[in-house]
Amino acid sequence: MSQSKVSYKPSDEVDFVIIGSGAAGGVLAKELSTNGFRVVVLEQGPYLTEADFAHNEIDVVFNHQLTNNSKSQPTTFRKTEQDNAKEQYCVMYGRCVGGSSVHFTANYWRFHEIDFVERSRVGEVPGASLTDWPIHYEDLEPYYTKVEWECGVSGLAGASPFDPPRSKPYPMPPLPVKGSGVIFERASVKLGYHPFPAPMAILSQPRAGRSACVNCGFCLGFGCEVKAKSSSLAAMIPLAEATGRCEIRPNCYVHRIETDKTGRVVGAVYFDAKKSSHLQKAKAVVVCANGAETPRLLLLSKSPQFPDGLANSSGAVGKYLMPNSGAIVFATFDEPLNDYKGFAVSRIFHDFYEMDVKKTGIYGGGGLDARFDLTPITFALGALPPGTPKWGTDFKKALRQNFTRTLEIFCHGTSLAVESNSFSLDPDVKDAWGLPALRMTFRDHPNDLRLANWMKDRALEILDAAGAKTKWSGPIQEQQFAVHLLGTCRMGNDPKTSVINTDHRTHDVKNLFLCDGSSFVTSGRGQPTMTIQALAFRAADQITALAKRGEI
Amino acid sequence: MKFQVLTPAQARDVEAIAAQIIPTDDLPGAHEAGVVYFIDQALKTFASESVETYQKGLAELNAMAKEKYPGVKQFADASAEQQHALVQQMSAEAESANLPGGRRPQATKTLNFFPTIWQHTVFGFLVDPSGGGNRDYVGWKVIGRDPAHSFAPPFGFYDKDYPGWQKAMEAEEKK
Repeated sequence: MSQSKVSYKPSDEVDFVIIGSGAAGGVLAKELSTNGFRVVVLEQGPYLTEADFAHNEIDVVFNHQLTNNSKSQPTTFRKTEQDNAKEQYCVMYGRCVGGSSVHFTANYWRFHEIDFVERSRVGEVPGASLTDWPIHYEDLEPYYTKVEWECGVSGLAGASPFDPPRSKPYPMPPLPVKGSGVIFERASVKLGYHPFPAPMAILSQPRAGRSACVNCGFCLGFGCEVKAKSSSLAAMIPLAEATGRCEIRPNCYVHRIETDKTGRVVGAVYFDAKKSSHLQKAKAVVVCANGAETPRLLLLSKSPQFPDGLANSSGAVGKYLMPNSGAIVFATFDEPLNDYKGFAVSRIFHDFYEMDVKKTGIYGGGGLDARFDLTPITFALGALPPGTPKWGTDFKKALRQNFTRTLEIFCHGTSLAVESNSFSLDPDVKDAWGLPALRMTFRDHPNDLRLANWMKDRALEILDAAGAKTKWSGPIQEQQFAVHLLGTCRMGNDPKTSVINTDHRTHDVKNLFLCDGSSFVTSGRGQPTMTIQALAFRAADQITALAKRGEI
Repeated sequence: MKFQVLTPAQARDVEAIAAQIIPTDDLPGAHEAGVVYFIDQALKTFASESVETYQKGLAELNAMAKEKYPGVKQFADASAEQQHALVQQMSAEAESANLPGGRRPQATKTLNFFPTIWQHTVFGFLVDPSGGGNRDYVGWKVIGRDPAHSFAPPFGFYDKDYPGWQKAMEAEEKK
């Protein structure tokens, strides 16, 4: 249910229409409305609040209360451009006010300097389109700090020797350590690594009218019922609405960005909850629909003037998809950890953030975290050791023995940009509104599979050092499912090879801006949301300056 | 309680199959968690597309039971040993379909009967009771999940004597 104090008519030409209310859209809504602009945020999902968030795994995890649902919005997948895509649930994102920030794990790592200049440092990587960002860590540093203080991030400055420079400490101390964290920390130190308290976008102390985390244990995949998780919904949307200039309009599915004869956008066309179509007029449009839906919307918005899709003269819209690579390793211990209590992650390390290419032949890098992010049903379905009987007395015994004694080490890593990895429009499959379905084409760069395997082996060594009772991991396979949706409208200085400039303005359309995971040029090491929000705070400053100078 | 989708005879079979998947021993099982009521409700709501799978699956299972054990009218009437053997056979036959797993939501409409009822039994045993199963939190009691809505550290055995990160690191340096 909407709480906005202001409501505009579609025919009112507002200053900005923002498409998507997630990690980026929430920040831009708050910043632009605070800066005096009239803003309409169009969100395809419902407006849920804390009272709607419950612990019912069936509704939330399996019936997609908070995420896109393949029943109404099918997706298709193929490995290469030569294959026929098949219907498959291959992309998951938050579909509610607050977007994916509502259900995320809340690992909030900053990117490091290397992420912006890796191409210059390591040179060309065969089979990849590794490219430097046109902005650098120091450009984003003030905005990382802004995210930590304005959204609310718990952590300990200076705790990792690999951390990039920062201008301010964290606004609050780390969350408490979990059993998984203690076990991981001790074993990692034994092996010479440098574990530290995980920076998390979850409040360790009450802040801005929001509660500290109460460790309810339904975190990843769930909305926070006490506003401790620093989602856009909890941290940004209320401030945007409080300006009296921002309307959050839920259940509005944008399917076209309309342009005029001069090639400027005039607004966004959306289906309301009753499937009636409306044009919300605006002086400028900011698309924050995520790295899958943003390129899809540009491709859906093609016109005689923009035959290959809006803002796609480069042909880069939808390409260079980077979902991050990774591996999950499980272990059980003799005594109860009760790691189901609390948030997911309490300890991480970044010793592998920059792989030694000469020594290992592997580009990029990663980070490891110790966690338990499972709830009773997801645990029973997917976290028992291989070979455990699936039914009967022994199945029940395994559930009883392992639920409180299991931890995971999650290895997060680089995805290299590959041009043919992409989102595009499926030529055959349509969604419930008759629009072409999202088609994903993806095959991991071989380097990323090597990296995932390498990290998996390190994680298994850590579990040996930790004295795990049992440990196991599935084989590293080519990915067919993405939640980190990065790189599909990449930023760059050259209009021939990139979609947006450093102001997040599309090279082709003066009053069209894009900001979300699609803006990324490299994938980082597996935790993108912090950088999505830092980019959004920075984009808001750039866009505000352009607007005030009359340059939009 | 009255069933909405299952006939009384079908409900007896579903109840018996669920009890084979999560049996009652010294601790409660699918029966005490009220799994059959959860499944009946599921078939009326989010799992309505699986109704046919149940109808067909139960009919096939009963045909199998009658053939294998002459005189047995339906699965629920078979002895515990016979039921176990029948589920063994059904689960082996369903092996090619793979039991659902992993952290990803998976549509059940394409699954065979055993994987479907298996998943629904797990759901009904372990869902937060607001979801219609796990009656009196018996499923959570079995797996050791405290039903409380909030917790304070220390959470378990390994963090109970943790001295704090700074002190832990200083102690490691001294080693």
